[in-house]
Amino acid sequence: MTQRTTYQFRLYVAEGALNSVRALANLTALCQAHLPDRHKIEVVDVFHEPQRALEDRIFMTPTLIKLAPAPVRRIVGALSETQTVLLALGLQ
Amino acid sequence: MQSHRSRHVVPPVKSATGIVGFDDITGGGLPYRRTAVVTGGPGSGKTIFSLQFLTHGALNCKEPGILVAFEEPTARILANAESFGWKLAELRRKDLFFIDAQLDPDVIQSGDFDLGGLLAALAMEIPKLKARRVVFDALNVMLAMLPDAAARRRELYRLNEWLLARNVTGLITLQTNTNTTGALGQQPFDYMQFMVDCAVILNHCVVQGVSQRNLRGVKYRGSGFDEDESPFLIGKHGLEVAVARTRIRADARVSNQRVSTGVKRLDTMLDGGYYRGASVLITGSPGTAKTTLSGAFAEAACERGEHTLFIIFDSEYAEVIRNLASVGIRLDRYVKNGRLRMIPARDITVSAEIYLARIKELAAEHKARCLVIDPVSTWSKSGNDLTARSVAERLVDCSKAEGITMVCTRLLDEMFSPSERSASMQISTLSDTWIHLNYLVQAGERNRALSIIKSRGTAHSNQVRELILSATGVTLSDAYTASGEVLMGTQRSEKERTERAATEAAKAVAKLKRVRLDAEETELVARLKSLQTEIVAKQLEKALLVSITERREGEVSRGRTQMRALRGADVAVIDPK
Repeated sequence: MTQRTTYQFRLYVAEGALNSVRALANLTALCQAHLPDRHKIEVVDVFHEPQRALEDRIFMTPTLIKLAPAPVRRIVGALSETQTVLLALGLQ
Repeated sequence: MQSHRSRHVVPPVKSATGIVGFDDITGGGLPYRRTAVVTGGPGSGKTIFSLQFLTHGALNCKEPGILVAFEEPTARILANAESFGWKLAELRRKDLFFIDAQLDPDVIQSGDFDLGGLLAALAMEIPKLKARRVVFDALNVMLAMLPDAAARRRELYRLNEWLLARNVTGLITLQTNTNTTGALGQQPFDYMQFMVDCAVILNHCVVQGVSQRNLRGVKYRGSGFDEDESPFLIGKHGLEVAVARTRIRADARVSNQRVSTGVKRLDTMLDGGYYRGASVLITGSPGTAKTTLSGAFAEAACERGEHTLFIIFDSEYAEVIRNLASVGIRLDRYVKNGRLRMIPARDITVSAEIYLARIKELAAEHKARCLVIDPVSTWSKSGNDLTARSVAERLVDCSKAEGITMVCTRLLDEMFSPSERSASMQISTLSDTWIHLNYLVQAGERNRALSIIKSRGTAHSNQVRELILSATGVTLSDAYTASGEVLMGTQRSEKERTERAATEAAKAVAKLKRVRLDAEETELVARLKSLQTEIVAKQLEKALLVSITERREGEVSRGRTQMRALRGADVAVIDPK
């Protein structure tokens, strides 16, 4: 894995839900620890953009989609188990 | 505290499912604008249940619906629904919306989550479609992803509240691993049943190698419902739940009209024939002419121009037609003109429920006025006795409701087991007329005997009659009873011949005796006459004697006076004065 690859994330959240807030916090912390300066996070609120959520087939919130680098990965939940998340993202 | 007594309590409105029988059991369907849950094992019919609920709503209730499917892709659901004749593709344009919520198998779960995304999608689609019905099919797939039971519970609660707030009728189906109809508290999602307003369990099991489906309402807040297990089947047009009593149509048609049994003498015995709409049971050992008797009934029905359905379990229909033709019952012409429909149904691996559904369907299709099932006993072979009985009960109910006269035959083996006997007894209690056929083996002969065991509301003969089959037809003949013995066949005719001879002999003897008596009488009269003559002679003689004696006495006294005068005797002696 090259050091220059930029990680693109899209995080679907539900407005005000505790696990969504937690997911965003966990993701930010994780990126800062493992991917400093080479990550992009887009946060989409399903209640504000339901059509987009439906098109992306997001039924559970929070859902994190790793858009790049390939392969595309989906992680559902508050991202509280760091080891699992790192493994899923190919960072370990 | 404020009194609520003045408030008019209205029974909860129902949301019709369009499932035959289910709306009867629940008094109208699922609770309107509430949430119901349907649980069941794999293949128990949950998806069909929910699709039918949605289709009916969209087509007949002006209630568009949304299906959230967690287990099957939309395309597959649509394909499956096509086989039931539901035009989902058409409805989908404006009255149905499908959300394919199948989970990506590669998805990774880490930490707590909720159904926010789904609710957001629904919050968008419900107003767009003006949806009034929302179905979550196989919600358990989604719930299984949640980390713990508390989270599952929380999400279900949230979903339920969310649906209630949106005034839609919700239906959640849940898969259970076990296919048991366990009591409340034994299911993996039992708390779900506490939460919702209506809970239904679908059960699919195999009894003696025959598939049986049952449906049972577990709870229904604020409404009465049928608490027993009701058998159901997946028919041509979706689920069909069997209801023991079609309440609306009960006692719909009670007819006083009689229909011929096809045997003239039997009509007489029954005071005119069967009642229209009656259920007739013909029992008997093998070969006692049960089929023949039901064939005679079918022929008579066709002659009257009534559409008749003849269901044969035991043999091929061509054989039945040939065999019946040998006793003068010609059914082939009616088969040709379409009045009679003969259905062979030899496969015995189907459950009694399916038989019933097929028969009902065929009867409706053929517009049958008369129905023959030969023999109905095949049913007890498929599945358990209990279902067979309830099926028979419903068959009787439904033929009554339709005014169909039904003749069923039932095999009664001479060596039947006690349990079979009891089962047959049960069926016989349902029928209006019960005719029993048996053999009488006497003097090296086997003869058929017919007796009417019961016939409700009909004066009927108590006599055992001999059933005679010949090329010209079926006839009944008096059985000969002598000193407590019933004689049939040759013995009967022999006895009749002897009887005739004896009568003739007796006649001759009587004649002879009469002649003799006549002669005696004449003789006596003659004797009487001669005696009378004799009496007259005697009387004359007696009179003669009297007159002679008188005369002689006169002469004597005259002589004495003369003598006295002659002698000059004392006069004073003669005259004392």
